[in-house]
Amino acid sequence: MHLDSRVPAGPIEKLWDQARFEMKLVNPANKLKHSIIVVGSGLAGASAAATLGELGYNVKCFCFQDSPRRAHSIAAQGGINAAKNYQNDGDSIFRLFYDTVKGGDFRSREANVYRLAQISVNIIDQCVAQGVPFAREYGGTLSNRSFGGAQVSRTFYARGQTGQQLLLGAYQALERQVDAGRVTMYPRTEMLDLIVIDGRARGIVTRNLVTGKVESHIADAVALGTGGYGNTYYLSTNAKGSNCTAIWRAHKRGAAFANPCFTQIHPTCIPVSGEYQSKLTLMSESLRNDGRIWVPKKIGDKRAPGQISEEERDYYLERKYPSFGNLVPRDVASRNSKAVCDEGRGVGETGLGVYLDFADAIRRLGVDVIRDRYGNLFEMYQRITDENPYQVPMRIFPAIHYTMGGLWVDYYLMSTIPGLFVIGEANFSDHGANRLGASALMQGLSDGYFVLPYTIGDYIARYKFEKVESSHPDVTRAESEVADMTKQLLSIKGKRTVDSFHRELGKIMWDECGMARNAEGLQLAIGKIRELRGQYWKDVNVPGSAEDLNQSLEKAGRVADFFELAELICVDALHRNESCGGHFREEYQTPDGEAQRNDDEFSYAAAWSYEGPDTPSHLDKEPLTFEYVHPSQRSYK
Amino acid sequence: MRLILHIWRQKSPAQRGQMVRYEMNNVNPDMSVLEMLDVLNEELITKGQEPVAFEHDCREGICGSCGFMINGVAHGPLPATTVCQLTMRHFKDGQELYLEPWRARAFPVIKDLVVDRSAFDRIISSGGFITSPTGSAQDGNTILIPKEAADRSMDAAACIGCGACVAACPNASAALFTAAKMSHLGLLPQGQPERQRRALRMASQHNREGFGSCTNIGECEAVCPKEIKIEVISRMNGDYLGARWKSRQKGA
Repeated sequence: MHLDSRVPAGPIEKLWDQARFEMKLVNPANKLKHSIIVVGSGLAGASAAATLGELGYNVKCFCFQDSPRRAHSIAAQGGINAAKNYQNDGDSIFRLFYDTVKGGDFRSREANVYRLAQISVNIIDQCVAQGVPFAREYGGTLSNRSFGGAQVSRTFYARGQTGQQLLLGAYQALERQVDAGRVTMYPRTEMLDLIVIDGRARGIVTRNLVTGKVESHIADAVALGTGGYGNTYYLSTNAKGSNCTAIWRAHKRGAAFANPCFTQIHPTCIPVSGEYQSKLTLMSESLRNDGRIWVPKKIGDKRAPGQISEEERDYYLERKYPSFGNLVPRDVASRNSKAVCDEGRGVGETGLGVYLDFADAIRRLGVDVIRDRYGNLFEMYQRITDENPYQVPMRIFPAIHYTMGGLWVDYYLMSTIPGLFVIGEANFSDHGANRLGASALMQGLSDGYFVLPYTIGDYIARYKFEKVESSHPDVTRAESEVADMTKQLLSIKGKRTVDSFHRELGKIMWDECGMARNAEGLQLAIGKIRELRGQYWKDVNVPGSAEDLNQSLEKAGRVADFFELAELICVDALHRNESCGGHFREEYQTPDGEAQRNDDEFSYAAAWSYEGPDTPSHLDKEPLTFEYVHPSQRSYK
Repeated sequence: MRLILHIWRQKSPAQRGQMVRYEMNNVNPDMSVLEMLDVLNEELITKGQEPVAFEHDCREGICGSCGFMINGVAHGPLPATTVCQLTMRHFKDGQELYLEPWRARAFPVIKDLVVDRSAFDRIISSGGFITSPTGSAQDGNTILIPKEAADRSMDAAACIGCGACVAACPNASAALFTAAKMSHLGLLPQGQPERQRRALRMASQHNREGFGSCTNIGECEAVCPKEIKIEVISRMNGDYLGARWKSRQKGA
């Protein structure tokens, strides 16, 4: 397959203007005749659905939660980046672009990243106008904080609930369009297949999660804003319901999946405490602004942190990376935590944890300032661990958090299936091999408010859409395949629960395809995943019926997809014989243990096509060229 | 820990429900209430029974999906905590716990502990927004907002829409939820142009959904996991009365 990124030619700062000018427009009266499906109601989905409704299209928006306001964007804590340079500290669009390309370890598409940096400033304006209560200075201006991977203060925030506030802004805009009759909302409705007719995405098959009814919805274009696939690992910071089903089933209908092995491990999560554990809780990265990370110098030092003197502590990030210190990017911070724990210097009962200490910051700034900045995070920590972080250092450990990989899209955010657009975390485009903090919210809103509404219009303007009847054979076939899968899952009636399989899959992934990977382990993992998948279809026990609310059945379908995606993640990780960003292959490291990229052979996005259940996926490569930010070994020293 | 659970089981909206007794013998005090239910459900599935349906998603106390009554208190005994973050160490060994769904006419039960809260979306849809079409915004710093106003707005905006306020209110009023949104938007300069219209429309939608009236009992504030203050209801009443007065003048 030829991957045409459709990036216009010209100087990078003019590309988006030029692309917008070249786009065909849809006459306002004609917009009423076109319908668009948006799946997902997070930052990307809700902002896209609201904006498209406002433009006059007939929009249907779907989410599996009971309300669009509950999409997992809501849990983002720290903030959103924008190149406003309000702090006068030398920020610019070019610097945000530069930081993001470098932070992504030179595995993202320059043109997309530049556009993201350009649009970042509009996002803040849009959100302020909607009433997002960003933090303010006493003079009334917007406040900023700094964040990992950057040396300027460009992060806008609303306490530790930035994602919540941005999502509520988008949700309210969406509800305004619901009231105006421009958007029809379908909550508690899960997309289970993509309808492709004559090579174009023309609709989706859904299951109503309350009544079990399987239905098709036809439209002129489909946009997926269904988030990432971190839950492949079972334990992650994602919401329990976050899943890969929409993008995976679109993949099986022909959409290429790019860079699945680029998964992000977040350095600051609350450590695992027991087998029953259902998810991992993130502590915002913003804590690293004032918290200092350390472990004891001595191996196996089990004393309480207060009894370990200053000289006996190793502030390893400050020691190894003096210029960025505790603010190194996530991949670097995570890998170093793993390294000190592997040495036996980890803290807490399990030895899988490091300290994040606020004692110095409290001495310097006072308890009130720290409470004002991080109060809700400290409370959350105490609620979960029963320890008071104002008095004893927090214990943190890395956890799967975000997935940079996703469905391949061109500059117009269209996948390899014409008419199927992919936005937000669900696509692969902007973060390369590692995402910088406070950039996910930026990308979701950029795609949803400012990119997709233009590019989807261009697509609609260029084609003549034939009417599709619900009796069309491709529609009825997709519907019956969905019904068959449901029936099959319910009929196995084996001995093991869905969760027990999912937990086992997650453990394989975390052990062999987590923070550090190697060829041998990955091969082993692929074998184990296949075997476990075989058992799953023979021995899973899904209780209940297909005709009502059945949470086990919902999970069972999602876990079936996680199995298939997990294998592709490992295949991709195995093929990429280099270390970059979140993908760290132990065979490829510098003498001092940093990631060793191989630009000559791997400067490309790996786009995999589905070839069948037991056939190896086909690899196509989109070469990545860097004209503005020259690849170098990332140094944060 | 050992626990005795009494859980509301109801197969569908139309069928009658009842409390069912379960014994749990090996509860780890570090588990959340939801993780304890996960363990129970694994046991039920293995025994060939239907697991308990309950709503949950982020399990970080921010999405607002989860929530039920524990011994008659919405989200259980710990203040400012949703059930997903309520750990079992706050209960006693051998304790009996009664888990019931939110009870309110406007929140019909769908199954077991799951209720239909779509009324909240319709209240927001009726006016809980600021009209600012995409692309029309001016530079963010041209709207100066005193820190105190932004902070107070944020206090109200922290609402997660879980519905505990309704479940705790003897009148099943959603005044706290509705008023929190009015305060969030009404405390900001951007929210002024639509302030009266918002008050009128949201209040009438609230009543249309079948929520009761507020009689200043204060149970809502007591159970709110985000500690939204009841003062937002006073602000709402002020906005509403003002808007009614102005619209009467216009009508006259």
